[in-house]
Amino acid sequence: MKIHEFQAKRILAQHGVAVPRGEVIERLEDARTVAQKLGGTVVVKAQIHAGGRGKGGGVKLARGPEEAVEVAHRMLGMKLVTHQTGPEGRLVRRVLIEEGLDIARELYLGLVVDRATGRPVFMASEEGGVEIEVVAAERPEKILKEFIEPGAGFQPFQSRKLAYGLGLSGAQVGAAVGFFTALYRAFEATDASLAEINPLVVTRQGGLLALDAKMNFDDNALYRHPDILELRDLNEEDPLEVRASEFKLNYIRLDGNVGCMVNGAGLAMSTMDIIQYAGGRPANFLDVGGGANEEQVRHGFEIILSDPNVRAVLINIFGGIMRCDIVASGVVAAAKALGVKAPVVVRLEGTNVELGKKILEESGLNFAVATGMKDAAEKVVRLAANG
Amino acid sequence: MAILIDENTRLLVQGITGREGSFHTGQAIEYGTKVVAGVTPGKGGSVWKGADGNHKVPVLNTVEHAKRETGANVSVVFVPPPFAADAIMEAADAEIPLVIAITEGIPTLDMVRVKQFLAGKRTRLVGPNCPGVISPGKCKVGIMPGQIHKPGRIGLISRSGTLTYEAVGQLTALGIGQSTCVGVGGDPIIGTNFIDVLRLMAADAETEGIVLIGEIGGAAEEEAAAFIAANVKKPVVGFVAGRTAPPGRRMGHAGAIISGGKGTAADKITALEVAGIRVAPSPALIGETMAAALAKRAAR
Repeated sequence: MKIHEFQAKRILAQHGVAVPRGEVIERLEDARTVAQKLGGTVVVKAQIHAGGRGKGGGVKLARGPEEAVEVAHRMLGMKLVTHQTGPEGRLVRRVLIEEGLDIARELYLGLVVDRATGRPVFMASEEGGVEIEVVAAERPEKILKEFIEPGAGFQPFQSRKLAYGLGLSGAQVGAAVGFFTALYRAFEATDASLAEINPLVVTRQGGLLALDAKMNFDDNALYRHPDILELRDLNEEDPLEVRASEFKLNYIRLDGNVGCMVNGAGLAMSTMDIIQYAGGRPANFLDVGGGANEEQVRHGFEIILSDPNVRAVLINIFGGIMRCDIVASGVVAAAKALGVKAPVVVRLEGTNVELGKKILEESGLNFAVATGMKDAAEKVVRLAANG
Repeated sequence: MAILIDENTRLLVQGITGREGSFHTGQAIEYGTKVVAGVTPGKGGSVWKGADGNHKVPVLNTVEHAKRETGANVSVVFVPPPFAADAIMEAADAEIPLVIAITEGIPTLDMVRVKQFLAGKRTRLVGPNCPGVISPGKCKVGIMPGQIHKPGRIGLISRSGTLTYEAVGQLTALGIGQSTCVGVGGDPIIGTNFIDVLRLMAADAETEGIVLIGEIGGAAEEEAAAFIAANVKKPVVGFVAGRTAPPGRRMGHAGAIISGGKGTAADKITALEVAGIRVAPSPALIGETMAAALAKRAAR
C-alpha cells in the first residue's frame, strides 16, 4: 500500500526522523496562514501518489505568503501529469507547504527487504535527488549497502560506515546515526516494504533533513497496522481496482480490449501473455483465486464488464481439485444474473471437463468453449476484433 | 527415487482442523500419503476424521509431541498468515527435516525472522505461498490436484500454482510423467529456491529432465540460469510468465513485481536462453518443448 508524502513524513517524525517544518492543506484559504507561520521562502508540494512531481510542475518555491497563495491556487485542483500518472494525470486535492531550506548537499537513503539474502538492506548514495534506478544501472559503485541482521537490528557502526561513506564529518556523523537509526525503526515498526528519503539534505547550517519521503507497506502485514490502513487514499487508485479489492479479487486494469478471468496469479499472467501472442491486447489481470467459486466469478464478471474497452472475455480456469461442472454452472449462473452480452470464451481443465463443456454449450448464452490455452486465446482475440 | 518426499514420508499437518487443512488432509490420504498426525494447539487429544469417516488422524497440541508420538518426518503448514511464521519455527525447533508451508499472505518481515531462525538448523523449508510438493504415485503434500500427474522422470520447479498444473497437464497429456514437482512459492522471501531444488534434481537418478517455471520479479531465474549452465547436464526447459505485465504493479503474487526496471520477463528469458535452456515460446507449449528436448537427446 502507498501513502502520501505528508503522511510518510508524519510517521517518520513520530519515530524521530528529522523532517522540515510544514503543514498540509486542502483549502486555499489556509495557504497564507501556514506560509506566514513558517516565514520566509516556502515550498509548495502537490500530494499525489506518483513520482516525478517536480518535473510536472507539482513542486514550487514561493517567496512569502502572497506567492504561496498564488502557487497553491494554481496547484489545488490541477491535473498533475508525471511519467507515472499516465496522460490523464492525477487530481491534486492537497498541497504540503514546508519551510524552504538552505541546501548544501542532496543524498539518498533507502530501505527495502533484499530478496536474495532475505534481510532488510539499508542503501545510501551521494547522488541524491535523482532517480536511484538510474544511479543503480549506471554507477552501481555509488550505492552503499548495509545488510541488517533481523535479530540484532541495525547497528550504530553500520550507520557510521554509511555516514563516512557519504562524506559526512564532525557533528554530522552523530546526527546521521540518529537519523538512520530512526529511519530503520520506522521501517521495522510499520512493516514497510519501502522507506525512501530522496533527497536527504544537508543544510548549509549542517543539519540533516528528509526533504522528500516515500513509504510503501507490506499488504500482508496491514492486518496488524489498522492506523496505517486508515491512510489509504482511494482517490489515488483506479475505481475498478478499488471495487475488486472489496471482493478480495486481484485485479489490475490494463489498456487492451480482451477481458480475462483466471484462477491463480501465474496462470493469469500467462493468459495475458498468450492473448498478446495471439495478436490481441489484455484489458486486465484478474486472479479470482486458486478456487474460483460462483460468487468470485460473478464479481469478476462485474468488474471486467465495467471496463468500457472490453469487447470479449476469456475465462481460463484450471479446475484441479474443483470439478469443472461446478465451475461451469457457476459461470453460467453469474453470466445469467448479470445479463452478460459480450462474447465469452471459456477454457476449463480438470475433472469432469466434458460435463462442464456440455453445461456451457447448452446454457443458451454467448459462450464459446475452447480446448487448451492457445485455442482459447485465438478465439477470444478474433471475437474481440469483430466486436 | 524422487526428491524431498516419497513412500517413506510420514506427514504431519499443522492446522489440520481448519477448513483448508482438513480438506487437503483428506485429499492427501486418498492419494496414498501417510498422514500420521495433526497439530492444532488446544485440540490435542482429539481425532481428525475424513469426510467419509474412514480415515482417522490423531491431533496433538505441539509439533514436538506429535513428532515424538508418531515419527513424523515432514510437516505441511496450513496455519493462517498471522500464526504461520510461528508454526514454521515450531516445526524447525522440533527438528522436522522438511517443512512445506502452503499459507499465502505471511508478512515479509515475519519471513525475514523465520529465515534467520532456520539458519544453522537442519530443517528445510519449502514455500510459503506455494502449492506444495508431489512425487507422483508415491506421495502428495500440498494442494495440487493429484490426478493430473503421472509417475515418470521429469522434475518440475515453479513459483506458481495453477500455472504448474497447466504445465503438468501438458506433460501428462503427452505421456511424459514426472518424478517430483516442487512449488517453491510466489513470495519475495522463500525457504527453498530454484537452485536448491535444481541441485537435488540434478543429483536424482530418476529425474532425466527438468521444467523450470518462473515469473517476473526478483532474480531467481537469472541465478538459476547461471547455476544450470555450470552444473546441470540434464535437458532443462524454461518458461517465464508476465511478458505483458506492467512495471511497478504486483501481479497477484507478493513477489511478482517489476521494480526499478529489474525483474522483467524479457531479461529472464534472455538469461535462460544464454545458459542454453530451451524456453517455451508460449504457456501452451511447455509440454511440447520438453518433448522436443527429450526427442533430441534420444536421437543423439
